[in-house]
Amino acid sequence: MTTLTAPPKTASPPVRPRTSPRAGAWKRRIPLLPALIFTIIVTQLPFVATLVISTLQWNILKPGERHFVGLSNFKFVFTDERLRTAVLNTVVLTASVVLISVVLGLGLAMLLDRRFLGRGLARTMLIAPFLVMPVAAALLWKHAIYNPDYGLLNGTLNAVWRLFGAANGPTVDWVSSYPMPAVVISLVWQWTPFMMLILLAGLQAQPGDVLEAARMDGASALQTFRHITLPHLRQYIELGVLLGTIYVVQTFDAVYTITQGGPGSQTTNLPYEIYLTMFRKYEYGQAAAAGVVVVLGSIVIATFALRTIASLFREEVSR
Amino acid sequence: MTAHTAVAAPGARFKKILRRKDDHGGAPRLSPLWTFVAWLATLAFFAPVAWMVLTSFHREADAATNPPTPFAPLTLDQYKLLFSRDITPFLLNSAMASIISTILVLALAVPTAYALSIKPVRKWTDVMFFFLSTKFLPAIAALLPVYLIVKDAGMLDNVWTLIVLYTAMNLPIAVWMMRSFLAEVPKEILEAAEVDGANLLTVLWRIVAPVAMPGLAATALICFIFSWNEFMFAVNLTATNASTAPVFLVGFITNEGLFLARLCAAATLVSLPVLIAGFAAQDKLVRGLSLGAVK
Repeated sequence: MTTLTAPPKTASPPVRPRTSPRAGAWKRRIPLLPALIFTIIVTQLPFVATLVISTLQWNILKPGERHFVGLSNFKFVFTDERLRTAVLNTVVLTASVVLISVVLGLGLAMLLDRRFLGRGLARTMLIAPFLVMPVAAALLWKHAIYNPDYGLLNGTLNAVWRLFGAANGPTVDWVSSYPMPAVVISLVWQWTPFMMLILLAGLQAQPGDVLEAARMDGASALQTFRHITLPHLRQYIELGVLLGTIYVVQTFDAVYTITQGGPGSQTTNLPYEIYLTMFRKYEYGQAAAAGVVVVLGSIVIATFALRTIASLFREEVSR
Repeated sequence: MTAHTAVAAPGARFKKILRRKDDHGGAPRLSPLWTFVAWLATLAFFAPVAWMVLTSFHREADAATNPPTPFAPLTLDQYKLLFSRDITPFLLNSAMASIISTILVLALAVPTAYALSIKPVRKWTDVMFFFLSTKFLPAIAALLPVYLIVKDAGMLDNVWTLIVLYTAMNLPIAVWMMRSFLAEVPKEILEAAEVDGANLLTVLWRIVAPVAMPGLAATALICFIFSWNEFMFAVNLTATNASTAPVFLVGFITNEGLFLARLCAAATLVSLPVLIAGFAAQDKLVRGLSLGAVK
């Protein structure tokens, strides 16, 4: 048996007398088992069930007609107009939220990496959007900010217009006129602090002597940023993008609350579309098939994510 | 600028305290122009939060005005109304779901993390990545089977259903975080203690616990935040008895029409626990959010 061989790169534990290698190995595995078994039951069983349901024609409004239909739900998923729109919306929503919040987060992190008056307070205030309950944030944006009649946005515009002598400012119905940007902005607001925190951690892990050396050598701020800071931050940016993607792809609260997927299906993303299929159209088979497709899509993203995390992880293990 | 000049400058004590927390060996100072930009951006991001809190202390008539009236008289009426409209059971459900699931997560994650770091089992990285991979499965894909199973078991509208789901949702994160914290326990000391014949409990209590305690607190915080804020399972699996705070918020808008000041009060109230916890543990937050991959 090779149970005594320690995994590579970790310090080999001292050999304990009196316990046989095999018993020792099991003793080590026991603490692991409850969590492992629990996770398998609660996360893997539903997925198996989804796979089974995805092969059924099952509408709860037609109880007698449940039967096996093979892959036809998947055919539906890939040909349905609404679902294709939902896929596209999900990509647009996720990509814009993640990219914009990474860029803004990077800018803020660069600023907060320097010393300035009240930096600690500024950092605390910047984290706040991430800590507000997402549903509360969505309601806040919809009613207190975007509302055409008394929202903060139109209200401020109105006040500014009046300041310059005009009778009334413009009245824009933000959510109806620009539904996707409205959702994106509220999510960017929420996710920028997350990106900022991760990138700030990255900046502060930057070895100071290298920066000092670059300064001594007469490198400009831009050169230092491009050739030293950015390469150093790469891992952190990747991590932020991937974790952000995983969470933003799943966005449900904001769509449900701000636009209800509308107008029409302009902001319906995949999670919301699956929710509608399930709880409005009661087409369980189709919803399950769409769910399976989402999982497959996520596995593609996750593969990249795991690789990035694994690289950070290796660094730590080999230290 | 060297450390000396900074210490000698006015307000040095304040700066010193700030630096101890944030700096890596005397970061350069921001120029006045960029300081202005930094504060402008900060205020822009903070404005919606500030507006939410401010509006929550206004009377309804002062809240929905155009142009806005930030200097209207302040009142606690909205909060009083919320409690008289029974927000309490929702807050209690949220507290129960979040706190119990957090305790369960820690009870499951700590031994697991121990088995993955201090005395690593073979192929421990595979186990780690298995846990993490479950986090990548979109929750919406699990909603239908979970709904059907829960319905068959007669567990719809039951807080314990949420507790089980939240435990599963946060367990991978907690395992990753706790492993990263436990990995910091110096191996040499552990080995020395074992050679000296210290038993497992002594080792855990004397060596592991002091290093792991801050990590345990950070992990608990993250799990609490995610459970407290969770909406999709809560809105679809509960009805009247087990609904949590986010469900209250949404239902309250549709049932009572829009009262902006009261909405802001409710939004502030339900966000408060997480805001307080998050502000108190900002530096821990980063490590938790990045699963311990970033320090």
